[in-house]
Amino acid sequence: MSRQPPPLQQRTPIKLIDNTVEVKSKYEAEYRRFGLKRNGSGGFREFYRLIQTIHHIHGIDVLLGYADIHGDLLPINNDDNFNKAVSSANPLLRIIISKKEDEPVVYGTNSLQRRKKGLSLTGLRPTGSGSIHPKNKSGLMIGPPKNFRQISSIIDVDILPESHRRVRLHKHGSNKPLGFYIRDGVSVRVTPQGVEKVPGVFISRLVRNGLAESTGLLAVNDEILEVNGIDVAGKSLDQVTDMMVANSHNLIVTVKPANQRNNVVPRGSKYSLGNSGSVGSAGSTGSAPSHDSPSPASQSNPFTASSSIAEGDSEDEEEDGDLILENDCLRAHNPHPVTYSNSANLNRNSPHYGSHGSSGGKSVTQSVSMPNSITSTLSYNGNLNHSASGSQDSMKEDGNILTL
Amino acid sequence: MKRFRRHAHESQRERLKQELFHFNKTVEHGFPHQPSALGYSPSLQLLAIGTRSGAIKLYGAPGVEFMGLHDENAAVTQVHFMPHQVELVTLLDDNSLHMWTLRGHKGISELLEIGRFMLTGPPGAPPSVTSVTAVLAHSSGELLLLGTEGGHVFVVEVPGFRELEERNISLDQITNSIPDDYLGRRNLEHVEALVENPINPSQVVIGYGRGLMVIWDLEKKNAVQHLPATQLESMWWTEDGSHILSSHSDGSYCRWRVGGPEEEEEEEEKSDIPYGHFPCKAISKIVQLPTEEGPPFLLFNGGMPRASYGDRHCITVIHGKTHVALDFTSRIIDFFVIRSGPQHTGDPSALVVLVEEEVVVIDLQTEGWPVIQTPYLVPLHSSAITCSHHVSAIPLKLWERIITSGELQNAHYSKKPWPIMGGQNLAPDPPQRDLLLTGHEDGTVRFWDASGVCLKPMYTLRTATAFHTDADPNDNMNPSAEGEWPPFRKVGCFDPYSDDPRLGIQKIHLCKYSGHLAVAGTAGQILMLEPNDEAAEHTVETKVVDLLQGQEGFRWKGHTRLNVREDPVEFPAGFQPFTLVQCQPPAVVTALSLHSEWKLVAFGTSHGFGLFDYQQNNNVFVRCTLNPSDQLALEGPLSRVKSIKKSLRQSFRRIRRSRVSLRKHHANNAAKIQEANARMEAELAEMELAPVQRKIEARSSDDSFTGLVRTLYFADTFLSDSTHHTPSLWAGTNGGCVFAYMIRLPAIEHRADEPVTAQPAKEIQLMHRAPVLGIVVLDGHGAPLPEPLEVAHDLARSPDMQASHHVVVTSEEQFKVFTLPKVSSKMKLKLTAVDGSRVRRVGVAWFGSSRTEDYGESGLVVLTNQGDVHVVSLPHVKMQVHYPCIRREDVSGIASCVFTRQGQGFYLISPSEFERFSLSTRFLVEPHCLVEPPFHSAPLSQHQPEPDGAHRIPQDGEEAESTARSIMEHALLNDEKVLQEIQKSLEGDQTSFLENSMKSAVA
Repeated sequence: MSRQPPPLQQRTPIKLIDNTVEVKSKYEAEYRRFGLKRNGSGGFREFYRLIQTIHHIHGIDVLLGYADIHGDLLPINNDDNFNKAVSSANPLLRIIISKKEDEPVVYGTNSLQRRKKGLSLTGLRPTGSGSIHPKNKSGLMIGPPKNFRQISSIIDVDILPESHRRVRLHKHGSNKPLGFYIRDGVSVRVTPQGVEKVPGVFISRLVRNGLAESTGLLAVNDEILEVNGIDVAGKSLDQVTDMMVANSHNLIVTVKPANQRNNVVPRGSKYSLGNSGSVGSAGSTGSAPSHDSPSPASQSNPFTASSSIAEGDSEDEEEDGDLILENDCLRAHNPHPVTYSNSANLNRNSPHYGSHGSSGGKSVTQSVSMPNSITSTLSYNGNLNHSASGSQDSMKEDGNILTL
Repeated sequence: MKRFRRHAHESQRERLKQELFHFNKTVEHGFPHQPSALGYSPSLQLLAIGTRSGAIKLYGAPGVEFMGLHDENAAVTQVHFMPHQVELVTLLDDNSLHMWTLRGHKGISELLEIGRFMLTGPPGAPPSVTSVTAVLAHSSGELLLLGTEGGHVFVVEVPGFRELEERNISLDQITNSIPDDYLGRRNLEHVEALVENPINPSQVVIGYGRGLMVIWDLEKKNAVQHLPATQLESMWWTEDGSHILSSHSDGSYCRWRVGGPEEEEEEEEKSDIPYGHFPCKAISKIVQLPTEEGPPFLLFNGGMPRASYGDRHCITVIHGKTHVALDFTSRIIDFFVIRSGPQHTGDPSALVVLVEEEVVVIDLQTEGWPVIQTPYLVPLHSSAITCSHHVSAIPLKLWERIITSGELQNAHYSKKPWPIMGGQNLAPDPPQRDLLLTGHEDGTVRFWDASGVCLKPMYTLRTATAFHTDADPNDNMNPSAEGEWPPFRKVGCFDPYSDDPRLGIQKIHLCKYSGHLAVAGTAGQILMLEPNDEAAEHTVETKVVDLLQGQEGFRWKGHTRLNVREDPVEFPAGFQPFTLVQCQPPAVVTALSLHSEWKLVAFGTSHGFGLFDYQQNNNVFVRCTLNPSDQLALEGPLSRVKSIKKSLRQSFRRIRRSRVSLRKHHANNAAKIQEANARMEAELAEMELAPVQRKIEARSSDDSFTGLVRTLYFADTFLSDSTHHTPSLWAGTNGGCVFAYMIRLPAIEHRADEPVTAQPAKEIQLMHRAPVLGIVVLDGHGAPLPEPLEVAHDLARSPDMQASHHVVVTSEEQFKVFTLPKVSSKMKLKLTAVDGSRVRRVGVAWFGSSRTEDYGESGLVVLTNQGDVHVVSLPHVKMQVHYPCIRREDVSGIASCVFTRQGQGFYLISPSEFERFSLSTRFLVEPHCLVEPPFHSAPLSQHQPEPDGAHRIPQDGEEAESTARSIMEHALLNDEKVLQEIQKSLEGDQTSFLENSMKSAVA
């Protein structure tokens, strides 16, 4: 069933010749499997009723979501996204049903793989199955609207000086380029010795329609202070470039915006926008005017700042998404027939080896293993990936991994 | 060991690190970049070279080297040894004078700067008054005479640089003592030269730029004689004191008789323009030296006919009827002549010429004046270095074969030993034989003995002989035609011109056990060679390998394949090619690996990689790694990385050229075209002026050259399951992809006829997509797998095949450890994400503890694009130490770096010099040498050279110390003067060296 050839190209779902879509839906701990006509399946309302019937949950208001090919949880609440869900089913359409009374599901890139680390910092709590803590900072629930994919966030507001902004750019799942350029420049710092001019790195250009521009959180002439929690003071433009590129899949930049009028004022602050003065826990600005940059939070308040660094490290798991192909039975590239004395061992995982080899490798079986960390994340979200869990044969693709 | 490490306390580990790692820049090999001054001390037998960057380097016997650097970043214009002393004086082009000495310290000598001095003129005087143009280190060893641009001669006492104002020779004093009829006509101009009378140290001759030469008596403070001439270039006082030679800017030289003080009349005895009739260039230096029997040697620099040979760099040597114009390939800086005999007063034995790119030593005592091969100061860049490869611990047999082949090549060199033998090399014999191979632009591979302080040339391999090249074989090999005037003779080996850039060597891999050598070049050629002690004539088997495997729709726009000579070729003794693989398309070879045990060679280009069985001459497989959308890699050669600016400029030129051709057809459009050109030029200017900005973008699979193969690696490891290990080939690409192939070798008895097969086994796509620079497989103990044949030769412990293996993948950004056979990420170390530096070079090295003989560990040595070297531990990939090594701006230095297996490394500090550094506490190659001060300084200062042989100082030999002691005793007992001298020097600080050697003599 799942031993299908892998998609030849990324993000181009394969159109099945078969007109039926396999659907696997989950409501709480119950799974249902059924088939759905690809074109004649009607609209969202019809599907909603079908789901209610299948799960015997008439009268309960539920939210429907599905897992797209990137593993993201996306909502189904109208005809358009329902059709999209059906057409992109590959080959299985996984439906997740949740009660409306529950806390809203956070859709988007993070929802499946990084909910526990990514969003906790912004004060959001994911709807973990069975781990719901409604009392937890519900007042802070300013999460993204349900039907959008998160592309950026301002984080660590409470530990950063008011004049700084820490922006996370989510490259996951989007084709958009990060889309900005940086340059050398001169920054003015206030030190105990007085005002001092030091070299700094600034944003020099935003690419139109790039991720950076579309967030609205970064602007030309913003000074870069940190990259993923690491101070860039004393580093050359090339070094900062390399650091950013190395972190590009999950880039967190701390900037001092050139325009200081739109600063986020932390909760509880009595000061009006643009006013000078110390801010909450950071408090490093003292009486300096807000347009003077105090040292970055990592220096003034190492304890709190370390959270973002540690958080940056926790992204490690993410990076281990190296694609590893154990090509025990890949098409042999040499024209000679391959004979192995230990072929029994070789072909342990691939019973079809012989036939594939002799038939010129028309259909290629691959065993793809994901790094353990991902697998563990997946099992954490087991409610979504129940069919994938543990199975070596199924193909699980991360959006940033290239297949052959 | 692993457990020990895991449980070790942090401090214990720190202590261990100190025992294992220590960073040192030890010695510079090669020829100093941009030399600007030459000095020689006959008594010390030391040669000194000053450079334009302010460095001063001293060389004596092989292994005796000293280096100093002036704090000022100014060129050294003159170097003068103080006669019979261990001091030397340098003049920089900022007009400062510096005193250096060789001081003994813990039994070895060090070059130290002990004083600096700037001439101060009277207040209000123009700077030209004190601008030094000529320096004379007086034979008394106590005085410096400084001639200036203003025409004055200042006298300075050394060491200490005390100005002796009362002894200065002012221009007024000169003019007063010279008849007015001469002075009335001329301004004397600057002091061009100062020469001491060899037999009367109180007399010096002062040569002024305008041509007047005045013999001045330092004691009596009056002019003895004056000799009027034309524009002066240099002077020479013959050894018997009877004549002065002067050379002039018109290419002439004159011989003047030096009369007694009472003989006032001037006499021009002989004047000659050696290459006369037509206007000649200046003779900038002239030297005449007598021989015991027969005519004297006359040597001069320059004087060539301006129109026809004005661009030649020549030194003419005339001895009796023999007249040769030595023709050098680069500008002559200076020259001197070494004289034979115990006091260095005998016949000229060797001519030492410093030219811009090399030192050439000519044997003047052997018929035909052959060149003496230099044991150091060898121009590494005689053709530009394109790559290097280091092999440690060469077996004696191969070593001797290479030396023998090299000797056959060097038959044209003089048999005379190297004439500069000052100082003693105290460094212990190198523990092993190390070989450094450099690949050059002209297709040669040079073998260097890198075991010790001297980087000695051993053998040169020319790969061009296997190919048809555009160059005419008898191009400049023909000796000059008979009767040609001037009688030129080409000398020197610096020849930067390459016949064909495709011949350039890009990768070298030598197996030290089998002697098999793989050499890969710019046009996709891979030559397999093996040593042969005799010359042989044979054809080279050629295979063309298509790396594209039928990828359609592109045109290779780079260079074509090299044409192989199909007829049998006569190869000289040494490494002879037997197989040639040519990649198609003929892109530059970017990775090469040789496994001599399996008789396999793997090669990679920007298009893919292949595995070749050189026993059966059969290509095993080819893998195309090219991304079909990668036009850049498809089309062009990557021999040099083009800068954006350069490529812009080139495309601009191309467009303009096409416009020019257009103009022929549409003459009326000329105005429009001009307008367009102007606009483009403005755009280009704007582009070049725009502030530097960097794009921040994740690496993508569509980037250019993602398929370029960066590294290839053979390993015998577990690829399929954990019970059977098989040979494997690993390849890493620019796009962060690792391919592993399982290789099946036929049984040894069928190796020659059954095919070798390979099968893809693993692929790892690193998510961060950074170029993969290195792949290493670690055995069950976490140690890197040994080299091929190492175990077979009992030189390495066989790898642990019981516990599971790991593969360490080094990308530009991080180090990752994966388990085998099931590939999963186990550990990693991120570099770029943390400090913004990227890995440029990586190697595996073994570090021995300095404390205990039996402890050591392997690690990765890493050079980053910031120029720092790091040591990363194995198998835990933890950062151990890091040191700044190369300036980050020095891109070519970073690109040239090569690591040894013992934690040393080499990188180019200039096109002609390797800097050697060491990260190991145990393996250090650095100069250890001692220079003894010449003891006969005292007698000589009495102007009476003693015939007593006791004052001769042995310059080398094991019994030097005992001889020195006997001399000391002899001197102490018999020579009151020496005793006094020593006593005096004990009080002063400048001869603490003497004190030192005395102590050692007494002890």
